[in-house]
Amino acid sequence: MALSGVEIFKHLPKTNCKKCGHPTCLAFAMKLAAKQATLDACPDASEEAKAFLGAASEPPIKGITIGAGDKALKVGEETVLFRHEKKFVNPCGFALAIKDTDSDIEAKAKSVSDSEIERVGQKLRVELIAVENASGDPATFAAAVAKAVAAAPSAGIILETENPAAVEAALTHVSSKKPLICGANADNVEAMVNLAKYAGCSLVVRADGIDAVAQLTEKVVGMGFKDIVLDTSARKPKDMVEQYTQIRRAALKKGVKALGFPIISFAVNEDPFVEQALASVAVAKYASVVVLSDISQWKTLGLIALRQNLYTDPQVPMQVSQNIYKVGDAKEDAPLLVTTNFSLTYFIVLGEVENSKVPSWLAVMETEGLSVLTAWAAGKFTAAKIAQYIQESGIEGKISHKELIIPGYVAVLSGALEDKLPGWKITVGPREANALPAFLKNKTAAA
Amino acid sequence: MAFVVPKETYNGKVCEVEIGTGPRAVKIGGENTLPFLAFEGSVPNKPAIAYEIQDVPPDDWPQTLQDVYKDVSADPVKWAKYCQDELGAQMIALRLIGTHPDRQNRSAEDAAKTVKDVLAAINVPLIILGSNNAEKDAQVLKSACDAASGRNCLVGKAQEANYKTVVASAMASGHKLIAMSDLDVNLAKQLNILITQMGFDKDKIVTDPMSSALGYGIEYTYSVMERIRSAALFQNDQTMAPPMVNDVGMYVWKVKETMAPEADQPSWGPVADRGIGWEATTAMGFLMAGSDLLIMRHPKAVDTVVKMIDGLV
Ligand code: B12
Ligand code: SF4
Repeated sequence: MALSGVEIFKHLPKTNCKKCGHPTCLAFAMKLAAKQATLDACPDASEEAKAFLGAASEPPIKGITIGAGDKALKVGEETVLFRHEKKFVNPCGFALAIKDTDSDIEAKAKSVSDSEIERVGQKLRVELIAVENASGDPATFAAAVAKAVAAAPSAGIILETENPAAVEAALTHVSSKKPLICGANADNVEAMVNLAKYAGCSLVVRADGIDAVAQLTEKVVGMGFKDIVLDTSARKPKDMVEQYTQIRRAALKKGVKALGFPIISFAVNEDPFVEQALASVAVAKYASVVVLSDISQWKTLGLIALRQNLYTDPQVPMQVSQNIYKVGDAKEDAPLLVTTNFSLTYFIVLGEVENSKVPSWLAVMETEGLSVLTAWAAGKFTAAKIAQYIQESGIEGKISHKELIIPGYVAVLSGALEDKLPGWKITVGPREANALPAFLKNKTAAA
Repeated sequence: MAFVVPKETYNGKVCEVEIGTGPRAVKIGGENTLPFLAFEGSVPNKPAIAYEIQDVPPDDWPQTLQDVYKDVSADPVKWAKYCQDELGAQMIALRLIGTHPDRQNRSAEDAAKTVKDVLAAINVPLIILGSNNAEKDAQVLKSACDAASGRNCLVGKAQEANYKTVVASAMASGHKLIAMSDLDVNLAKQLNILITQMGFDKDKIVTDPMSSALGYGIEYTYSVMERIRSAALFQNDQTMAPPMVNDVGMYVWKVKETMAPEADQPSWGPVADRGIGWEATTAMGFLMAGSDLLIMRHPKAVDTVVKMIDGLV
């Protein structure tokens, strides 16, 4: 839990020697409390102070890494219950469940490798494969895990079995991939913790309900192991919302160490739409790993968008820099379009201009990351400002015509723009960008 | 160490609003806890879902969605009955989109007649929506309110630009009111204050925070809703206590993900499933943020969300 400056001050040398670059120990303590400094700046801090502040500065929800290398997935370290307070930190991971008895393990694993899609300039994907020991046989399990890894080398692995012998068999193929072992229960906890420790992996601690999970994690932590992911066995939406909220609150507001870990959620349902809806609940309500039974493209597209949206920074709209972007092999006669620099707007419009296959110039104007209508309403996308931008952008030297296409939603600007940009023709484009391909094709066909 | 459930104490409660008359009237709101946290409060009413229909054929809806209603959508009365009798709609939301000056520019009288005819054919509660043209809505909603007198409809949307006339109409014929502001906590509060200052009962307002679709700004709506709900529950801010409605379908079924054929977007999967999933996922986001009423379009998306609501309450 966060400490106040005064609490930290009590543990400092109180000599005001200034070696940390601050006038007094108290001033330095305030900076520490605000997380604008770190304790190593004070050369005289005692071991006791380091231990105390070290423990206190541990995040209330531990960060866990699943997998190895640059595709590893980091989850946890969340600091708030509501995204308007502060940005949610580490987006949850999605996992596809595969049974070791499935006949199409390779194909399913490959669908995970191929799941990447681009949205608003970010490349997003299903990160994990959860191989389940449905056969009950360790050798079959190990072989299935090996197959999945071979077919999807960049995916993280969850070893879904409560049998330590199966984990051990599988680890011979994947220990270097640092899988998430899933997991420990009251009966197998010693063996599972030893395996996880030995292989340097993270471990799911599973029990029925929060109380039982907390007791079991205390035991695991007592064994000197902390790379824990929690599973309270909630499988119904009501239990998910209630239990995950209680866990997040307990960790953040009550400092309950035994619950200060990320959550794994099994959002599995035979109806694919219900499964997607269940997973939406998990994404919104604090799960850090969401396991699905099927990752049809339409389904993951929606879930990935939801995750991306909820994990954006509420204070700063994502923006791109002001520039005149060349789309395709735009020449001097290519059409010129203007839009705002809100990432979402830019990427949607860019995508549609690309779809049109008509080489074009896309003028992206700085509007503090606001969408077309929002920027217009806020006075940042006005005729005067657009005219000034076009004149100063140097585009006139690059193109042989003087026609500017403006978004349909700001059609009202066209008159004023023609006044402010003498000699220019202002053309009102469609309102929705998805009408741009037809619009641009028509335009070039007419020309 | 036994786990102590960390409970919040809430000082306020969401207003309960009843819509419609007779045995099929629907109550929304009334909860005194954050969404679905029944362990620390009560959730007396499940969030409700209204099927959206229109006064004119929905030729601007994506084809996969138009197809669902192709046999009935030429006639709002048939369409309403289909939703009520075949799809089991709990409520109907009639959008008078044909009155928009840029659409068919239908008159206020035409709109009133449609409202009357639809009401005569159904016994579930009716939501009456204008075309979102503030000026035209002021006239259209007045006639519509008169035509619906005595049926305790939910009428909207009253916005900053037209709230005076819309509020006066709803008040005169005893309807409930949707108050919509532009995705901003303070604007929502201010509009509610202005409306109650006209003598309109705050227990008859439903707040529309303004929705935005998944992938197109849903996070803004999500956070505005969470903040409105927190103000009502923690600070007991009476001006933020109305239940919340989300106009889901209207924002969802115009985005690319619900329209683009698979041939154009081979990595997105079949457009039919994608559209349904997009609407259901958007609705789920709003439910998690505190929605009490969802206005939706696709029956399969509605069914999915109904199942989820049953599993949440
Ligand atoms: C999210 C949002 C916000 C966010 C800002 C998000 C952002 N980064 O811009 C917040 C909450 C901050 C906000 C604030 C305000 N907002 Co606002 N906001 C919205 C909302 C819900 C979605 C905007 C959005 O993200 N759209 C998605 C993007 C991709 O759309 P877009 O940029 O328009 O691009 C599309 C098209 O224009 C087209 N296109 C884009 N470029 C081009 C170029 C060409 C050549 C062509 C042909 C097409 C094209 O393609 C895109 C996809 O089809 C809209 C309502 C709505 N549902 O649309 C209101 C809306 C834009 N906001 C509005 C208002 C009034 C405001 C405020 C002034 C009021 C307030 N709440 O205080 C403030 C101003 C902010 C400021 N700084 O002063 C109004 C504008 C009304 C009007 N017509 O004037 C709207 C329309 C709401 C309404 N009343 O209906 N808003
Ligand atoms: S270096 Fe350490 S002892 Fe010296 S002033 Fe800073 S905090 Fe105090």
